[in-house]
Amino acid sequence: MDPQNLPLDLLERLSNACGVSGDEGEVRKIVLEAVKPLADEVKVDALGNVLAIKKARGEPALRVMLAAHMDEVGLMIVDEEEGGLYKFEIVGGIDPRQLPGKPVWVGKDRLPGVIGARPIHLTTPEERKSAIAAESLRIDLGPEGGKKAKPGDRAVFATPFKVVGPSVMGKALDDRLGVATLITLLERAPSHLEFQAAFTVQEEIGLRGARVAAYTLNPDLAFALDATPANDLPTWDGSENTTYNARLGHGPAVYVADGATLSDPRLVRFLLQTAAAHHIPYQIRQPGGGGTDAGAIHRQRSGIPSASVSVPIRHAHSAVAVARLDDWANTINLMLHTLQALTPDILAPERS
Amino acid sequence: MENTKDLLKRLISLPGLSGYETPVREAIADAWRPLADEISVSPLGSLHALRRGQGAEPRPRLLIAAHMDAIGLMVSQIVDGFLRITEVGGIDARILPGQPVIVHGRRDLPGVILQPSPRLLPPHLGEKSAIEMDYLFVDTGLTPEEVSALVRVGDLVSFAQPPLELGGDTLVGHSLDNRASVAALTACLEELQHRRHLWDVWAVATVQEEETLGGGWTSPFNLRPDLAIAVDVTHARGPGVNQDYRAFGLGKGPVLGWGPNIHPALFKAFKNLAERLDLPHAVEVMPRHSGTDAIAMQVVAEGIPTMVISIPLRYMHTPVEMVSLKDIQRTGHLLAEFITGLEADFVAKISWED
Repeated sequence: MDPQNLPLDLLERLSNACGVSGDEGEVRKIVLEAVKPLADEVKVDALGNVLAIKKARGEPALRVMLAAHMDEVGLMIVDEEEGGLYKFEIVGGIDPRQLPGKPVWVGKDRLPGVIGARPIHLTTPEERKSAIAAESLRIDLGPEGGKKAKPGDRAVFATPFKVVGPSVMGKALDDRLGVATLITLLERAPSHLEFQAAFTVQEEIGLRGARVAAYTLNPDLAFALDATPANDLPTWDGSENTTYNARLGHGPAVYVADGATLSDPRLVRFLLQTAAAHHIPYQIRQPGGGGTDAGAIHRQRSGIPSASVSVPIRHAHSAVAVARLDDWANTINLMLHTLQALTPDILAPERS
Repeated sequence: MENTKDLLKRLISLPGLSGYETPVREAIADAWRPLADEISVSPLGSLHALRRGQGAEPRPRLLIAAHMDAIGLMVSQIVDGFLRITEVGGIDARILPGQPVIVHGRRDLPGVILQPSPRLLPPHLGEKSAIEMDYLFVDTGLTPEEVSALVRVGDLVSFAQPPLELGGDTLVGHSLDNRASVAALTACLEELQHRRHLWDVWAVATVQEEETLGGGWTSPFNLRPDLAIAVDVTHARGPGVNQDYRAFGLGKGPVLGWGPNIHPALFKAFKNLAERLDLPHAVEVMPRHSGTDAIAMQVVAEGIPTMVISIPLRYMHTPVEMVSLKDIQRTGHLLAEFITGLEADFVAKISWED
């Protein structure tokens, strides 16, 4: 797939949709609408995962699970104060330093609100050396915004998606990029294998959706499609950046090891061979912390060989993330070629 | 005629950082031209609009100033396609990470301010530390080659936050400090179209208030008014400033300044007027200076009696400043009432002891 053929309208709808962990309904609606015409079986499970299966033409076929999480990090309103001000808690890993001075959408009706900050004029230089504590911040719906929201309502950064030159900018690219990729793959699912698409919930608060989805689907092997931080900025002192995790413009990031999964080496080798055979640029994500749905999937039942592939994005878990269109296109291409070439032979040797 | 909300939404959608006010000045000139008898631009770029009075010549002159410049950022260095930034006006760096901006390069480029991951930052900055502006970057999403071709050190960077309407006549956006006051001046000029006043009125949109008070010094010198009023914003009560004596109710009316920067007779005239009109208002005590153009205006040439009127605003100097449109309209009305009530010999009758 060329970058100009990417389903940008779909990504835009997904990025602009609100789906804080546990409240994925708006994303689920878009996903269901997209996958119903493509899959042989579609169901929504007890947690809200969307499981879409495209059967193989012949039997027995390799059952391949592909997971992308629908949820995003966000906020939940926990208390109302006077005058349209609301206390909130963070859901998922948002650095509180990302909060001040941002507009938010609150609740199902997307009420506009803001998280302000004390004016610089009323702060001291000493105070300005410390991060603003999340507890001191409020969501402000305006002086007449009382009773408009209620505890339990979710809020997300109000960031409209846009395409900027070779890049896209938007909220929740982690993991709506993966969701859009998975829909695109389902559209082109090769007929020799059983394609099990899992659009999962609650990844950001402990990979909870993927765990039950993997049990239900009971695949032979699995890939998690996610977004991973590109910390590819210059260092403060100009020394070499040795902890970039992944880099924009260097292609899909293939995981060997993260904080939750030691990828199945057979799958990693297969991914890299496929990339080389089709001249698809790729990078190995720097081994380290973090995790994807693969962390839950590989330990389900008797064990499911798993690996992860991510689109690198700058500034994940903030109001605006940045991703490159060619990285996304190369991720789709790598997965398409991988699926087309996959046979049960991949699992014939023991894991090594 | 464009209403206050639409005008203000237009004004806060335009750049106009201190020293580079042209885009917003042109929009203000368009709004003021039908309301003024004469319009001109000062050597530093302030906009001067005269509405002649009906009194006998030589007519006394009133200057009403609202600064039109906005705070923002400037490119200080380009590293591997990323932009380092410095401030124009006072900005708390803690509101910057994740902030959408527009880089005014060879063409306008959307960007976002990035906070580097912990291991790319100096070791003394922990999880609970604020990240100083020197360590933040703007990412334009473009390649380093594209950035070198389009951006230079010294290019301006403004906030990209579009206007946001909340319920209850509340507007959110960047640069409401002090475009809200420009809108109040416009409302005043509109009201004067249908009313008789003896004094000449100079409505002035000043430049560089956030940096040097450049307009506040030079426009009064050029126009030599008998009285001068600075219209600016003040803090509204809100999260973290509910108990602060320096903050006032949002939507509760204009705020009248009191202190050494204010002529007592002018304060009294405005206070009496607001009470007579039954117009909600508050008083802000300013123990030293007012933090407005009035700092300069009061001591231009032989000295000018000055007054400060402020519009309450939440989250000052952030991209999500919040004002009440009611306060803007009330401020415009109060000014128009003051002007129509001014007698020709007002200045001769007042003294500092009043």
